[in-house]
Amino acid sequence: MTPVLRRRLFLAAAVVVGALLLWGLSGLPDYGIYQGPYGDVLNAVAVSERHATNVVAAVAFDYRGIDTMGEEFILFAAVIGVAVLLRAQRDETEQPPDEDAADRRAPGTSNAVRVLGLALLGPTVLFGIYLVAHGHLSPGGGFSGGVLLATGALLVYLSGEYVTLRRVRPEVLLDVAAATGTAGFVAVGILGLAAGAAFLQNVLPLGQPGTLLSAGTIALINLAVAVEVAGGFVLLLSEFLEQTLVLRRPGEIT
Amino acid sequence: MIVLEVAVFLLVAAGGTAVVLTRDPLDQAIVASFYGLILGIMFLVFQAPDVALSQITIGAVALPLMIVLALAKVRALGGGKGGEE
Repeated sequence: MTPVLRRRLFLAAAVVVGALLLWGLSGLPDYGIYQGPYGDVLNAVAVSERHATNVVAAVAFDYRGIDTMGEEFILFAAVIGVAVLLRAQRDETEQPPDEDAADRRAPGTSNAVRVLGLALLGPTVLFGIYLVAHGHLSPGGGFSGGVLLATGALLVYLSGEYVTLRRVRPEVLLDVAAATGTAGFVAVGILGLAAGAAFLQNVLPLGQPGTLLSAGTIALINLAVAVEVAGGFVLLLSEFLEQTLVLRRPGEIT
Repeated sequence: MIVLEVAVFLLVAAGGTAVVLTRDPLDQAIVASFYGLILGIMFLVFQAPDVALSQITIGAVALPLMIVLALAKVRALGGGKGGEE
């Protein structure tokens, strides 16, 4: 296919796709107008029915909890996939970087980055825990909080040396965390079955709305998701770092 | 508020175009990181602070980091020197 023909084909296809897009866009509801009934219904009933003041969490972890469980398994499968793909091959050797070597090509970490990373580590972890614990009360929750907690491990790498990060992230613990979080979600679902209700039904005491110990299973699932996401993300990042910084193939430039 | 919304939409459009127009993968990772930050600001403007936080950590930190690490590995293996050209 010649470049000219390819360009003409693209232009023809672009005109068709553009026309379809414009047609579809013209049929959308006006900007800022919400038409569906579900949001309004949920806003009206979520707090009284589930005692969760964060309606988003009530939807994600209760009303459509089974969908979120599917998403959890997608993330889990993705992390497992990366871990399998980036595993140490038979001909690869471990060679941790010597950050103080005189002939090192990469520039060392600047003191500003080190100090800033260390200063941010505490607040980041604290804010992550806060988001997880208050997931059913205010915006945030297991996913945001878990990702933020994982960023803490990244800060350790940025402000220290890679060997330091290897010490604070025992790989077995990460595997266990990712698996436990995913299994915890399912366990909460089975809790509903054990109580004689439906799978993932909110069978725990709902407590006082707006307090830390409220919303029944929503808070519990939040915690499970946070453990899974934090463990999975640190695992993901450390697999990438391990491949790039430690594992060496024969003939690879270090 | 509507001015802010229009401004952030334009920023997102400019950022997305910038990511596409950057051709070198390493440069593109950095531009994509900025684009992730802009998307986070957009979510914040539209009153979804939790989504904004996830977006900033994933789009502005985790994704570019993985791209940069993958590029470093590819270059260490002796491939992809100097991008596309």
